[in-house]
Formats: sequence, structure tokens, C-alpha cells
Amino acid sequence: MSTKTYAEIAARLREGKAVVVTTEEVVSMVREQGLSETARRVDVVTTGTFAPMCSSGVYLNFGHSAPRIKGHRVFLNDVPACGGLAAVDTFLGATSVPETDPLNRNHPGEFRYGGGHVIHDLAAGKPVRLKVEGYGTDCYPRREIETWVTLDDLNEVVLFNPRNAYQNYNVAVNLGPRTLYTYMGVLKPDLGNAHYSTSGQLSPLLKDPYFRTIGIGTRIFLGGGTGYVAWNGTQHFPAVREGPVEGSLFAAGGTLAVLGDLKQMSPRWLVGAGFLGYGATLVVGIGIPIPILDEEVLRYAALTDEELYAPVVDYSEAYPQRRPGNLGLVSYAALKSGEIEVGGRKVPTAPLSSYSKALEIATILKEWLLSGEFQLSEPVRLLLSPEAGLTGKALEIKGPKE
Amino acid sequence: MTTRKVVLRFPAEVADKPLIYYLVKDFDLMVNILKANINPHKQGTMILELTGEALEAGLAFAASRGVAVQPLSEEIVRSEERCISCGACTAICPAGALYVERPGMTVAFDGQKCIVCQLCTRACPIRAMEVKF
Repeated sequence: MSTKTYAEIAARLREGKAVVVTTEEVVSMVREQGLSETARRVDVVTTGTFAPMCSSGVYLNFGHSAPRIKGHRVFLNDVPACGGLAAVDTFLGATSVPETDPLNRNHPGEFRYGGGHVIHDLAAGKPVRLKVEGYGTDCYPRREIETWVTLDDLNEVVLFNPRNAYQNYNVAVNLGPRTLYTYMGVLKPDLGNAHYSTSGQLSPLLKDPYFRTIGIGTRIFLGGGTGYVAWNGTQHFPAVREGPVEGSLFAAGGTLAVLGDLKQMSPRWLVGAGFLGYGATLVVGIGIPIPILDEEVLRYAALTDEELYAPVVDYSEAYPQRRPGNLGLVSYAALKSGEIEVGGRKVPTAPLSSYSKALEIATILKEWLLSGEFQLSEPVRLLLSPEAGLTGKALEIKGPKE
Repeated sequence: MTTRKVVLRFPAEVADKPLIYYLVKDFDLMVNILKANINPHKQGTMILELTGEALEAGLAFAASRGVAVQPLSEEIVRSEERCISCGACTAICPAGALYVERPGMTVAFDGQKCIVCQLCTRACPIRAMEVKF
């Protein structure tokens, strides 16, 4: 079996001899040339995803006014940010919404503007209204500020997303009798539709299910700029088992925490979103290069939509009540075809994750690698893989000594 | 043969009187109900696509029955700049006007098929679909 090291791949990239292809391209290469030959030829495979990712946000430092203020409550375009950091540091989460938002009082609420939209506006260079309230201290006497800032005015603005790029995701359906308004979109009653949110064969963590290459320090495409994998994401409980057909895979549970300087990102790849009846969020563009270290890495990187599976989950009862189990597995090929079968019934499907934009990201990342403006990095430490057997803890409602 | 999309507004007092029946039987119109919101004793609206030679006469009849007739001038437009081609609207659109083009998986919008139900304007997480008057 042919193997390559990071140093060898980096050298080939420097010399302009490297072969870099998108996951979509590698699928057809493996089909035509076989696994061994493709593993020998290809150095890097690029992945991509462009989907709503709620666990996203920016931390920023807005600089000291004269006299100084210690931010106790901080708002950007009326969207509350976290005042619990140092005087002029704050964190703005993508799902934060203005205190004046009617929320779901008139169900379903529209959630037209929130933290994700502020992040988009900042990235677009638009002026954003900064409101800071302090309680006045001897060292920070000022009690109130209202001003306008743009991305350039701020000291640091770092996109820091605690959980992105979910390896796989539920296919959401509604078994109940009324329309549901969820983070998976509008779900029509009685199995009216099925929504999924992964770019399938382009999706970064589906293409490295054993976390052989993606780890802390992996350089990535993030929001149109360069970012890094900072840590595993929250709820990183990766698991892999065989799918329903031979050679297929049901991998799920892996996540990434990512970060990068917002000042070199693009509003095109960070888009605010509002899900009817659910809330505000941010659509994040992520692309991750997978170095083809050996045939095994390629085997997974070349898995196709026919070989990758997702679970169908009912959002009328099972999901909100946290009941385990699902309504079966379906392939991404079936999901992309526009129709799946659930319990013998045909259900129309729709994605929430943009496959065409994900492919664009994988293609941009490939061009960056080939032109040398983006360098492949070796992770400082790999993330825990399915072998670690991580599982989630449920939250019990109890007293202090129970 | 003329085809036209019209909005009919029913005052509360005529909402329970038959109208479509007469449009079909007396005026030989082909009626395609695109959207209807009719409740007994309440003001209602209906969006119809009407086809037939006696179109004008049929509409005049509706007006004589106290129904306000207006051409359907609203339309839905998509902001090409904002749309991210996710697909969240495609299973929601009842008219098949918003659909995924395969195999590229981009979202297409066919304004001809649109019945201006406006479901997409709220189901779109990016709010790329807008009503134009």
C-alpha cells in the first residue's frame, strides 16, 4: 500500500506537482481508476459544506473609550452580546435576538434579525450600532455608550464556533397532525416532507469518519477566508457503523470547534438566517482538505452519496421528547433524488444545506491549494475517534445532593 | 381563448353564495382555484386562473354579485444575490415553482408556476423571496 507523509504532500504542492481534487471528482476517479491507483496519484481531496450552524459566534474587542466603560450589557444592532468578559471584550452568538423581538408570542415568529445577521453585516463592512451599558466603577466610570462601528474600527473580531460541521444529521419528518416550525425548516404534517442538512459526499467529517487527518490546528476554508480547527466541537461523540448495504457507512456524531479572523472572511460565506418559529442562526461555509496519506484515507474520502446514510427522525414527538431510535436509515443518493421512503410511504425531500455552494467551496479550496495561497497543515493533535467510544450525557433534573 | 389570473374579494354577506358554479355553468369558464380563503359570514379572498371566451362577462357577473375583482398584480420575486440555493423552500412550495435542479442541486424558480401563496417568503431562512406589487 502506497503511503505519503504531510511533508511529501507539502513538497509536491510547493513544486506545483500535487494532484488536488474535490470529493466529487475523486468519486469518479476511484470508479474509473480503482482505489490503489487513485491513492498513488491524488495528494489532497477537498470537501465543503454550507449550512446553518447555530453554535457559531464572534468574540471581539471594541477598544476603550474616554472615559472608560466596563461593558456590563453589550448590544450590536440591538442584538444582545455577552457582557461577562473583560471591560471591552464581548462574545456575540449567532442565535441571539433583540430583546424587543416578539419571539414566538405570535407563533410562528419570524426571527428576521439576530446574531448571525450581525456577523454577516460586520463581514460585509456595514456600520453596526454598538450600545454598551456599564454600572460605573472607579476605573471604568462611564455608564453608557451608543456609537457606530465597522469591522475596521474593531481591534479583534474572531469567528469562534464551538460546534460546526456536524458529521451527519437527522432527516427531519413530522408524524404529527399539525405543521411544525423547527430548526430543520417547516415540516408539513403527516409525513408531508423530509428535510436534511448535510452535503453528503462533500461533507468534511463524513469523509474522514475515523478522524485520521482532521485535528487541532488543521487549516481550513472558513467563511470565505482561512480558519483553523481549534478543538473538537461540543457534543463530539463520533460513532461509525456499517450502513444497510455492503461497503456503506453510517457515521455520525463528530463535530468541530473552528475559529478564524473575521476580517479576512466574506459575507458571501457567512449568511444570517431566520427559521420561522425557531430562531436566528448563521449559515457557515467550511471546507477542509483531506491529505491522502494512504489507501484507507482515500477509501473513506471517496465514499459516495449511495454509500453514506442518515437517520430519519420524527420531530413531532421523538426529537422534542428525546426518545431514542429512528424511523430507519436513508442514503444521501435517495435524499438528493427528491424522494425517500419512510414506513412504505413516499416522502418528498428538501435540503437545508446547499450542495451547489458546498461544491463551490470545495472547488475554491482546491484552487487555493494549487495556487499556494493556502497551505496544508498537519494537525497538532488528532481528535478523539469513534474508537474512544464517547457518548453524550443527558441532563437530569435534580437537587444538589441527589 | 383568454386566460387571466384574478383576485376576488368577497364581502362577508356574499361569502356563502355560490359563484364558481355560475362562472362554469353560465359563462363556460375554466376555473383553476390557486388560492382560497373563504369562511361563512366573514370576508374572504380567492385567487383564480380563468380561461374562456366569456371571461369579461363572467367577471362582470361576479362584480354584480358584490365581489370585488382585481387583476393579480402581486408577484413573487427571488433575490438572486441573496438566495444561497439551500432548498428549504422546495418541499414547501405547493405549486412546484421552486424546485431543485438535478444533478447540480441548485434551486430554480419558475415565476409562471407561482401562485403567490407567499409560503416561501417566510419559509426561506435567508428571506430571499419577496412580494412585489
